[in-house]
Amino acid sequence: MTDTIVFSARKVLTMNPSRPEATHVAVRDGRILGVGSLAEVLGWGPHTLDERFAEKVLMPGLVEGHSHLMAGTLWRYVYCGFFDCTDPDGNVWPGAKSLEDVIAALKRAADADATSTAPIVGWGFDPIYFGANRCSRHDLDRVSMTRPVGVLHASAHILNVNSAALERAGFLRTGIEHPSFPLGADGMPTGELKGPEGMLPVAAHVGLDRSFLSGDEIGMRAFARLCVRAGVTTATDLAATLGDEEVKTLLRVTGEADYPVRIVPLLRLIGVKPPEAVERAVTLAKSNTERLRMGRIKVVADGSIQGFSARMRWPGYFNGAPNGLWYTAPEAIAECYRLALARGVQVHTHTNGDEATDMALDCFEQALKSSPTPDHRFVLQHCQLADAAQFRRIKALGLGANLFANHVFYWGEQHRAVTVGPERASRMNACRTALDTGVPLAIHSDAPITPLGPLFTAWCAVNRITASGDLLGASERISVAEALRAITLGAAWTLKLDGEVGSIECGKRADFCVLDDDPTACAPAALKDVRVWGTVQGGRVFSA
Amino acid sequence: MSDSGPIPLIVIGGYLGVGKTTLVNHLLRHAQNDHQRIAVLVNDFGEIDIDADLIEGQDGEVLSLAGGCVCCSFGADLVGALRTVTGRIPKPDIVLVETSGVALPGAVARSAQLANGVNVLGIVVVADAGTLRERAGDRYVGDTVTQQVRDADLLILNKIDTASPTDQTAVIDWLQRAVDGTPVIAVTNATVPPEILLNLRTDNGGAGLTQLPGGRISAVGHEAASIFESTVLNFASPTSVTALAEALTSASSGVLRAKGLLTDSASGSRVLLQVVGTRWSKQSAQQTDVEAYGRVVVIGLRGQLGALGALQ
Repeated sequence: MTDTIVFSARKVLTMNPSRPEATHVAVRDGRILGVGSLAEVLGWGPHTLDERFAEKVLMPGLVEGHSHLMAGTLWRYVYCGFFDCTDPDGNVWPGAKSLEDVIAALKRAADADATSTAPIVGWGFDPIYFGANRCSRHDLDRVSMTRPVGVLHASAHILNVNSAALERAGFLRTGIEHPSFPLGADGMPTGELKGPEGMLPVAAHVGLDRSFLSGDEIGMRAFARLCVRAGVTTATDLAATLGDEEVKTLLRVTGEADYPVRIVPLLRLIGVKPPEAVERAVTLAKSNTERLRMGRIKVVADGSIQGFSARMRWPGYFNGAPNGLWYTAPEAIAECYRLALARGVQVHTHTNGDEATDMALDCFEQALKSSPTPDHRFVLQHCQLADAAQFRRIKALGLGANLFANHVFYWGEQHRAVTVGPERASRMNACRTALDTGVPLAIHSDAPITPLGPLFTAWCAVNRITASGDLLGASERISVAEALRAITLGAAWTLKLDGEVGSIECGKRADFCVLDDDPTACAPAALKDVRVWGTVQGGRVFSA
Repeated sequence: MSDSGPIPLIVIGGYLGVGKTTLVNHLLRHAQNDHQRIAVLVNDFGEIDIDADLIEGQDGEVLSLAGGCVCCSFGADLVGALRTVTGRIPKPDIVLVETSGVALPGAVARSAQLANGVNVLGIVVVADAGTLRERAGDRYVGDTVTQQVRDADLLILNKIDTASPTDQTAVIDWLQRAVDGTPVIAVTNATVPPEILLNLRTDNGGAGLTQLPGGRISAVGHEAASIFESTVLNFASPTSVTALAEALTSASSGVLRAKGLLTDSASGSRVLLQVVGTRWSKQSAQQTDVEAYGRVVVIGLRGQLGALGALQ
């Protein structure tokens, strides 16, 4: 028989309603033997008592149901975000509170290696906090006149570059007529590149080639450290290409003895027809390991609300912007759903605008009729503008919703003033309505769009406070207990892993989030400040 | 025959399932006989089925096709892909960009023009005669489909045989109202004269159009051979290129495609004029043979080109 370890804790929050709290948890072979009092778990026989968590609080390992490995990849570049942010190694990078701060941070990076000719790259830039002035190539020319400089916006939909980058890409010229290239008074591009049509031709010249979108090996390891720091033991890579080489790397890296996270990459429906995607998902699932779970598909229906590319129902955008774009044809989505249901493959669908949600529901209803499937676990991702009637349909069709709670904090004011207006902004990411309707609920960060941190995401859903401190949509707030469930069992449900993770119960994986503070004892407004010590994943201890 | 100027490019748009790929295969087959090197760019390989017998090999994102043609997928980076294909040796004679079924071809054309070294000749949009009106009224994709046809410089109303004669008239009426003056070619199996999209030769005196494979297509009840015709306009002296181009692209001209070398009376410079439907473009001509100038080859619908003679 292998060793049994009993961890003691100040409190074990199990998320199991029949045994919500305990003090000891016994672990063998990476799984939970039992949870309860010391006396109760002693019955499992000889053990080693591990008291290192005696003053800590254990929760089920947190589950991030919508993130991207790119969150790890980006940290090799200069952080330019507005808010303080912690890197994979635990260093806190102060937020840039002005354009001057951003330029100073980039300049420091440039000066640190003054002899280099390599590009200087920043990320996380969010100039909406800096007033009306746009960043221009002249601003970034102050970082370097000779080296290409590029700064990716937090939304990942805009890239600002300097003159050297434009010149290398062949765009430092007049005569360009394209909505992605705003022009200055001199008729030359300002250096702000909007959307992929503008960003991609220049991105490679600032060192952001295509591979940065998927996690490379270094990115996978950095992502894992972010997870440990956030108490996450299972995380999705929600739009992966999953080519043979990528799968090989994922298998190797996640298979390393000290890799601390279970990665759930979803195959994006792009570049292949639906039948091939479904078969590829079925094939990939056969290579699954304990820490790499493939076999699910991600479909993207529309764009983003703040980028005005989400598909909106009448009356559309608050500022009158024209309706957004379909990213995948409804026919292709319907075919994918039908085939996936028939083959038992789970599909997650990105819908941001409410028209996209309607379309996905129509396609799904049709598919479900042709392939009635109990417990299909199809999930709508973001689903930010769903109203009460749509949640009733979501419930009736047996779908789950993974809502983007962090948006309320980061862009809530923008949504209220510009994109959807006050009424709809106050019910965006309607967690309360979802739960009241009986829709299985998860909440997410979409890291790196917003930082990975399920406890922060829970805080957003509980408090609905915007960046400048306004309460936006009081009636859609949920309780701390409901939010904690959404970041554990709720997210696990969306991945069909709720029988395996998401609560601390006999037989489940020994995945714990180790906390210095008790999230159920602190004020709801302090939930985001609960300190994470690290994780236990499959019985292995990882200190942040 | 290719000169060192920008490579001509045509955007082929239209909703999912209308026959864009059928059109591309048809053009590839023709290009083989005509020794034209086509570079086909597709959003992703998942949306196109190049006929298997045309494929010679695959290397990553590039399919090698018969006759020196290639097919590349561009994903989100059209400009990057265009830079790659225009840098190929030998240079392609023409680039065809097949858009995804939900893309707006006008936006794709604007992006294509960002790449140096290409000249967007026109946007050709394929529509399905049997489903167009229903799709244009669809709650979700209606605005997308309508915008697609409005972006067109030339419309190919495909699968015309799937509509009843009454419906044929109705859909053509609808389309002509929706697009206001864009020429419409009604065909089956996307079988249009390849010269309309490919490099139209100006050096063979405009002799006849390619005999179409199969020999029989119908277009609103007519035999194929009877619906298209070509003609040559000759200009002995310098011409106002702008005035000529506007005449050729006017709604009543009947012109589907035109190409010619001219000496511009406005500037005195030698230009290559290209017309695809309602769009025209000119670029400085590389041809050194002065005898080649003053001639424009025109393809149009039979019986509608008569008025062009007056332009000479």
